[in-house]
Amino acid sequence: MAYVRDRDAAEDVVQEAWLTAIRQLERFEGRSSLRTWISGIVINLARARRRKESRVLTFTSLFGDLADRRKPTVDPSRFGPDGAWRELPRSWDNLPEEKMIGQETLGRIKAAIEELPPKHREVIVLRDVAQLDASEVGTLLGISAENQRVRLHRARAAVRKALEEYLA
Amino acid sequence: MKCREMVELMTNYLEGALSTRDRTRFDEHIAGCDGCRAYLEQMRATRDAVGKIAEEQIPEHIQEQLLEAFRSWKASGL
Repeated sequence: MAYVRDRDAAEDVVQEAWLTAIRQLERFEGRSSLRTWISGIVINLARARRRKESRVLTFTSLFGDLADRRKPTVDPSRFGPDGAWRELPRSWDNLPEEKMIGQETLGRIKAAIEELPPKHREVIVLRDVAQLDASEVGTLLGISAENQRVRLHRARAAVRKALEEYLA
Repeated sequence: MKCREMVELMTNYLEGALSTRDRTRFDEHIAGCDGCRAYLEQMRATRDAVGKIAEEQIPEHIQEQLLEAFRSWKASGL
């Protein structure tokens, strides 16, 4: 539940979602998978809660995708004037598997996801954590395939950066 | 294509969303660039590692509550 900030709020939302799902089960028509349907309920509840918590619309929430497309996801100082890497990214291939998926690494990943703007966070949570496919997520969030990719890219790039700093 | 531009195309590449022309230029660049190859691998590894956080433990009292909700739901015979 990376939609709402604190754990209690997340627990409330999950519980409310289960209750809603159970109450509305007879309305489930099998047009989407059960998983997608329940995810949809959770998203709606979490969004409603978020709206209640902050009524301020930020610049990012209104124009985010347009502006985002232009902002580099990698620190420009990593490239020389010719646009090539100054110093090559290190390969992670030789890291032991336990390191990549160890508790501490997963903790860093979660922290990085929590810091993302909500619009980026919800995409990475649905795609990479819940592992719904792109079309399911597009339907759930009501965003174009292109905007979904922009948000997913920014979210993954931010998590990658956090991992790079941690694994360095 | 420059490395600086390559990194912004990585997700579209992984999603299979590049045009044929961009895809060819992407493949050509990456074949000769250790840095971009490493970066692409990092993006893949990041995606896969993010998938692992779902397998983590749900806090015990929540598990209890959920199980309880299921039990009473089943018991109610709906």
